[in-house]
Amino acid sequence: MYQILRKEALNPTVTLMEVMAPMIAKKAEPGQFIILRVDENGERIPLTIADFDRTKGTITIIFQIVGATTEALNHLNEGDYIHDFAGPLGRKTETEGLKRVAVVGGGVGCAIAYPVAKRLHEQGCKVDTIAGFRSQDLVILEDEFKAVSDRMFLMTDDGSAGEKGLVTDALKKLIEEGTQYDEVITIGPLIMMKFVCALTKKYDIKTTASMNPIMIDGTGMCGGCRLSVGGKTKFACVDGPDFDGHEIDFDEAIARSATYKPFERQAHTDVCNLFNMEVK
Amino acid sequence: MPNMSPKKNEMPAQEANIRNQNFLEVTLGYSEEQAIDEAKRCLNCKHKPCIKGCPVQIEIPAFIQEVAQGNFEEAYQIISLSSSLPAVCGRVCPQESQCEEKCVRGIKGEPVGIGRLERFVADYHNAHVTTAPQKPQPNGHKVAVIGSGPAGLACAGDLAKKGYSVTVFEALHLAGGVLVYGIPEFRLPKSIVQKEIDTLKELGVTVETNMIIGKTVSIDELMEEYGFESVFIGSGAGLPRFMNIPGENLKGVYSANEFLTRVNLMKAYKPDSSTPIQKSSRVAVVGGGNVAMDAARCAKRLGAEVTIIYRRTEKELPARLEEVEHAMEEGIEFKFLTNPVAINGNAEGWTTSIRCEQMVLSQPDESGRAKPVRLENSEFDIEVDCVIMSIGTSPNPLIKSTTEGLDTHKWGGIVANEETGATSRKGVYAGGDAVTGAATVILAMGAGKAAAKSMDEYIHGIGE
Repeated sequence: MYQILRKEALNPTVTLMEVMAPMIAKKAEPGQFIILRVDENGERIPLTIADFDRTKGTITIIFQIVGATTEALNHLNEGDYIHDFAGPLGRKTETEGLKRVAVVGGGVGCAIAYPVAKRLHEQGCKVDTIAGFRSQDLVILEDEFKAVSDRMFLMTDDGSAGEKGLVTDALKKLIEEGTQYDEVITIGPLIMMKFVCALTKKYDIKTTASMNPIMIDGTGMCGGCRLSVGGKTKFACVDGPDFDGHEIDFDEAIARSATYKPFERQAHTDVCNLFNMEVK
Repeated sequence: MPNMSPKKNEMPAQEANIRNQNFLEVTLGYSEEQAIDEAKRCLNCKHKPCIKGCPVQIEIPAFIQEVAQGNFEEAYQIISLSSSLPAVCGRVCPQESQCEEKCVRGIKGEPVGIGRLERFVADYHNAHVTTAPQKPQPNGHKVAVIGSGPAGLACAGDLAKKGYSVTVFEALHLAGGVLVYGIPEFRLPKSIVQKEIDTLKELGVTVETNMIIGKTVSIDELMEEYGFESVFIGSGAGLPRFMNIPGENLKGVYSANEFLTRVNLMKAYKPDSSTPIQKSSRVAVVGGGNVAMDAARCAKRLGAEVTIIYRRTEKELPARLEEVEHAMEEGIEFKFLTNPVAINGNAEGWTTSIRCEQMVLSQPDESGRAKPVRLENSEFDIEVDCVIMSIGTSPNPLIKSTTEGLDTHKWGGIVANEETGATSRKGVYAGGDAVTGAATVILAMGAGKAAAKSMDEYIHGIGE
């Protein structure tokens, strides 16, 4: 059992939790993830490690409430326990030797981009962060990003915060202004990453995308997290989650990620109804 | 007087058309009378060929003689000298190619139903004997077992009985490995696996779940920081194989591992489960092993019409005979000499059909089995909305990539001495599917037992 030490609503649908998991905290690296089950009969879901504190022995997760499991997770409070919490899984993001990087995050994906930007910054790399959200009320981690970035560009679809536009607009501008990036690291919705990769391909800039496919065991047993990368089948849990963004078959990944959408919607409604009944 | 009936006592089973709609156990086990009657078929022959067929060398005639006399608990004690999982093995061992294959009664008629008797004895013990096993005297040594599947459990059991302080590390949230995520409830009820694990705990074995060795803790740390003197790796088979044919990543295409894990471990067959599973109407399962049979029979129970696609003939099916028979009885269709070449999908990326070609058998290949070759211009489509790939696994890279000096074969399996389980790392032993690639529960158990013996000798400075 893994105790929740801190819970914070970052915006109406995104929650941060700091969880006591000393053995995982000791090993965690940016880009890795954990798998949790909220309760005894829960589903196993992967969540990226948004931060870790080796001294305190904690792992920070940031999640968006989309399905039944994230809804149930969000109903836990400080002091409560998460039933299962396993990791760290996947390979860490390769940050060694990079001098100038653009970190491009979208939505709750920014939670994953943050530890990467932080690590790069700690290593003395110049970091330009581009963080995109639909609107102002969904913005997360703005101050945190500012603290670890040389330049931070906040983009919103509706212009309610930062600049109006897409992350690709900002990235394109920076590249065309002449900023020379060793690498672009992108983490966010598949469709966003697809367009970021398409843009950087034009300029021939190495790009890494962090994938978050459907997954069960996270240890290389089930094969649910497979992706086509460079025409080969890869498993996000052991080969990734980071892959060469120019090699990923995003269209296939987008289709596969929708496999359980109707189930998730239904399950989410059911769980919400259940919680509402309890409240009454 | 031996019972000279040429046929085994039939095992009562649920009616095929009823059981293919539920997840309750298919076979119901012998009654005491049936067990005694079957035991009397054993000739108790002097040279005991059956024992040679058993990977863990159970004293088969001895336990059967006890059953024949109604001494069921005595029979159990004889089996448990060699096997720590009799209720499991009695259900899932391929007896027809092991002990029963060697049975003298099999020459003229059916062999003695050794597997059914083993199951009876184990079930009798579990139902009637509730006293906890005596805890062995601790010997002051600490060992680690990675993986709680059949190899790990067998190894842990033997070491615990010798007084070792044993910790089993399991990556998933539940112990049992393939016994809980792979083999379905209707073939091996989870309560039986749980009972075996509880028995190990009563012997003093600690089970740590959610511990991914190679990630959460490395083998080096287990030995250097946590003080485990010897480690057994029984981490299982690993990554599912795919055919690398077009359409394999369409929605509706599963690996057997994913499908079975969702259904078994995550209980997706229960209506209130929070783990989703696709509701399919027509399913193709590719492959002919036990895992393929399990996947097909689960899909059938979830309400689909199921076809098993296998590139050789019925004769070459690697699955246990009983599972093939059960699958056929339950209405699963078999397409033999058939090999998939592509999976077709619709505009939304959902599977709509599987394209296959007809095969013919030619000369035996390096595996000794007749090699299937494609028949020109024989392609045809089978309409399906789900495809389950069950064509084996390749070794998991997790432990290999995080353990210095642990030699692996070119194909990824851990290099381990066949008899002792010794790896290239001092004090580290390995066995089961992590070493051999996907095999059977009993072979994994045999490897776990052999490693337990070597680890005991290693710690006591014998040999090496």
